Amino acid sequence: MSEDLLTIAGKTYTSRLLIGTGKYKDFEETRDAIEASGAEIVTVALRRTNMGQNPDEPNLLDFVSPERYTILPNTAGCFNAEDAVRTCKLARELLDGHSLVKLEVLGDQKTLYPNIADTVKAARELVDDGFQVMVYTNDDPIVAKELEDVGCVAVMPLGSLIGSGLGILNPHSLLLIMEQAKVPIIVDAGVGTPSDATLAMELGCDGVLLNSAVAHAKKPVLMASAMKKAIEAGREGFLAGRMPKRVYANPSSPGEGLI
Amino acid sequence: MNLIVNGDPYPFTGTTVADLVAELQLTGRRLAVEVNREIVPKSEHGTHTLREGDTVEVVHAIGGG
Repeated sequence: MSEDLLTIAGKTYTSRLLIGTGKYKDFEETRDAIEASGAEIVTVALRRTNMGQNPDEPNLLDFVSPERYTILPNTAGCFNAEDAVRTCKLARELLDGHSLVKLEVLGDQKTLYPNIADTVKAARELVDDGFQVMVYTNDDPIVAKELEDVGCVAVMPLGSLIGSGLGILNPHSLLLIMEQAKVPIIVDAGVGTPSDATLAMELGCDGVLLNSAVAHAKKPVLMASAMKKAIEAGREGFLAGRMPKRVYANPSSPGEGLI
Repeated sequence: MNLIVNGDPYPFTGTTVADLVAELQLTGRRLAVEVNREIVPKSEHGTHTLREGDTVEVVHAIGGG
């Protein structure tokens, strides 16, 4: 098979698994899980530093090097466009002008559903300011199209609620989104098991972004490896093209020559 | 002078953003600094003078999804 690459904002990636760095036991486990996942794009959050009370505190980016990975800073925790845009600008400064960001503007604490009005507003401002925006959204095809039209480089609908592990609850919506999309569609949020990730890829998604499914597994590094294989299996299954479904049986062994 | 740094009052005896970063023992770390909601680029940390009442944010990357 010729090389099957994922292209985002003009850069190509071999892996279709994007992975988060939250909720791990420590930075060693974070590093080992990311390594096992084969991911090349790794999300991080931005928060205030400590005030010097812990000068020897290790830094995430010493374990997950921006030289090796494409660091994707997120706007998690932002509930309006203004905070999200501000966070992206800080991220760009932090990462020496790196302009690829994961935009998420959240609607409420309980569901972490996106606030679509502010997501679109922030996306527009960020694109105008030269950012390459990968955007978290709901699984609404109309919204996905609008975000693409605004200029986002990838649209990332949820499979189910962030951190829920409930899997892909509306595969039909994802199909509608992909049918019309001209940018990569990456399932972001909800994947709980390798089979969830495989399903997303079998449907034809360009990638999967996950965090909790690995970080909250009993053995995160092993789950990271499982997710890598699940994504690859789902992708190959999609490219191979599934057999048609039938209502009645169809024997695999020939009827001719029966004794 | 009195600053607000990362949300809390902070008495500061230095002059520049670089002085503040050094006082917080964060020199050489990957971070970004905002003063009164305007980003101060790394190249200007040594020359940007802080003033009484300035609100400063110093952020870094942590784990997130």
